[in-house]
Amino acid sequence: MIETMASAAAPAARPQDTVVRREIKQRRDWAKWGLAVYFALFLFVLYIPMVLMAILSFQGSTGQLTFPFRGPFSIDWWRTLWDTNLFNTIADDVSASGRQSLWLALVAGVLVALFGFSLSMAFRRRWRLKGDVLAFYILMLALMTPAFLVGLGNQLLWRYMGETPSLWYTALGANVIWGIPFSFLVMLAVWNRYDRHVEEAARDLGADGPTTFREVTLPLVWTGIFGSFLFGFTLAWNDFDRTILLQNGYQAQPLPVLIGTWPQSRPILPNLYALGAGTTAVTLALIFVVLIAVTLRLRVRGAPVRRVEEEFGEEVGGSLDVAGTAELTKK
Amino acid sequence: MTDQAVSHQEGAAAAAPSTAQPASQPSGLDLVGLTKVFAGGTVAVDDVNLHVDHGEYVVLLGPSGCGKTTTLRMIGGHEYPTEGDILLDGQSLVDLPPHKRPTTTVFQHFALFPHRTSLQNVEFGLKMHGVSRTERRAEAMKALEMVGLETLHDRKPGALSGGQQQRVALARVLVTKPQALLLDEPLGDLDRLLQLRMRVELRELQRQLGLMFIHVTHNQEEALSMADRIVVMNDARIQQVADPLTIATKPATEVVARFMGDNNIVRGKVTQRDGDRLVVEDEQHVKASVHAPGARHAVGDPGMIAIRAAAVTVDADGSTAGELNSAECEIVFVEFLGDLVKLHLVAGGERMLAKVGAEEYPRLRGREGERIRISWREEDVQLLDS
Repeated sequence: MIETMASAAAPAARPQDTVVRREIKQRRDWAKWGLAVYFALFLFVLYIPMVLMAILSFQGSTGQLTFPFRGPFSIDWWRTLWDTNLFNTIADDVSASGRQSLWLALVAGVLVALFGFSLSMAFRRRWRLKGDVLAFYILMLALMTPAFLVGLGNQLLWRYMGETPSLWYTALGANVIWGIPFSFLVMLAVWNRYDRHVEEAARDLGADGPTTFREVTLPLVWTGIFGSFLFGFTLAWNDFDRTILLQNGYQAQPLPVLIGTWPQSRPILPNLYALGAGTTAVTLALIFVVLIAVTLRLRVRGAPVRRVEEEFGEEVGGSLDVAGTAELTKK
Repeated sequence: MTDQAVSHQEGAAAAAPSTAQPASQPSGLDLVGLTKVFAGGTVAVDDVNLHVDHGEYVVLLGPSGCGKTTTLRMIGGHEYPTEGDILLDGQSLVDLPPHKRPTTTVFQHFALFPHRTSLQNVEFGLKMHGVSRTERRAEAMKALEMVGLETLHDRKPGALSGGQQQRVALARVLVTKPQALLLDEPLGDLDRLLQLRMRVELRELQRQLGLMFIHVTHNQEEALSMADRIVVMNDARIQQVADPLTIATKPATEVVARFMGDNNIVRGKVTQRDGDRLVVEDEQHVKASVHAPGARHAVGDPGMIAIRAAAVTVDADGSTAGELNSAECEIVFVEFLGDLVKLHLVAGGERMLAKVGAEEYPRLRGREGERIRISWREEDVQLLDS
């Protein structure tokens, strides 16, 4: 009897008390690895052509257009782009074309942003136009049109109308018109996240239409407009197909046209690669700078909310001082 | 019922602060035959007539799509009426754009300017009215102090909580000293606890300001707790305009009775008429008498009544058997809600609901399936316009 009681008091071995140690097998996440490899491969084929060009542009003076890389490593080919004292310099062409390209792209960017923005206003939910869905798809269709054919058609049209193609006239026009649907898409995304009630609030508080636009609408969508500008800029900066057909030979050619027509006019040397890599670098740098600027701007914006404490804390965001408010508004 | 409503309205008018004008001058806001038909033929608001006094807190209540928000937007100038007129102190507002109207709106999601700090949000209205920079800064800061947000004056709305945004929105409209404040679901974005708190604060604020508030909501409880008068809307039309007590206890139409909830609606026939007193009976022999002055029903006409769930009592001894204003029911479910018990019942084929005190719960617990007798008083029966 006593024994049994003692044994009852003693901690009995219960099955749940024994710790079972199982071998834990570290599972490899093959799907993750597979996707990583896939992604790396994708990046490789995406960027390798440009990287190869860039590599070959750093060859020595005996450099050729194909691998193997002929050393020593040098920036001689790059120097031909700006140094007029070198015997094989292309500095004059590059600076003329570069300036031409820059101006063309800037003007195209501004026009695209302007037109795309005003066009997108018609598609805001507030003033939906009739047949907007059809109009939307027709606009989107313009994104898919084959560039060369558009250029050719434009050329035909202008010639038929008796106009001589010119960079600042026909080529700029074609580039702007091509850029508008891109800008339109960007702006639609912006309007989708836009709360139009802020405009009504502004009207309510005494702002007339133009003031509301200036004080409320523009500050809230300028990033979209700027995005449109960038689209217009890079499209025109990089365009070859349309521009080549819609310019004339008397003006300095934009960079892509200079590069594209190189084999017909000059000996092909690695400085072509330097030029191509440089042009691409400008585009990438521009986008990179903008991304950094936007990220910084977003980070600066406001501290996070510590909800509960601020909501009910008495010193911060406490209750309405009702009597005080009354005094204020009656005054 | 009408006596009550009238006296209440008079009370509200008397409480209105010194906006008293010569009797000849119309005072307050009038909606006259207000109608809005949207392109495509949807009638959003249909012939709405309403008078709101200065200093009155009026709630437009109704299910979504009933036209309450469109009505509010027409008052604020954000929609143009198809027909009718909006008069403030006798002056038509219809042709004034929003920025020239003496009304301001607190929008459903506050519509704060996300690119401006709270202070800049509040001073916007003053800026638009040409107040100098230093003056408007000071005034806006004062308004922020009043709503307890002065320490957060340099925060943008994105860095404020819902309640704080609500307060900034209030400060922003109040500094412009509107003659009527329009609130579109002002508490809809807040969590429940904050809603309950803001109800009291908002109502208190309105009392202190003596301003006309027109508040749109779909929340019955919110309307009952805040309004001087409730305007129940449904299907583009006004169903009933009355003080909260009347709306809650004496719904005028079936729509109101159903929308306010917790009403037992009985469709039947008028079987007796004795002056203003009618007896309405349905096929399940729920028999109710109702005092309905002015009713045009004759014996044999269809009649519809509402019996408030809270007015229904359970007879312990079945002594009301066969009497008028009582019914025999089967208990479907006894739902205990802490401070009261909801009895879900079936009388004949008709579902009925009784709300009784929590003290009845021990007696009712577990009696699902049993038959009991319920009764109510004649005063708690309301004849409905169908």
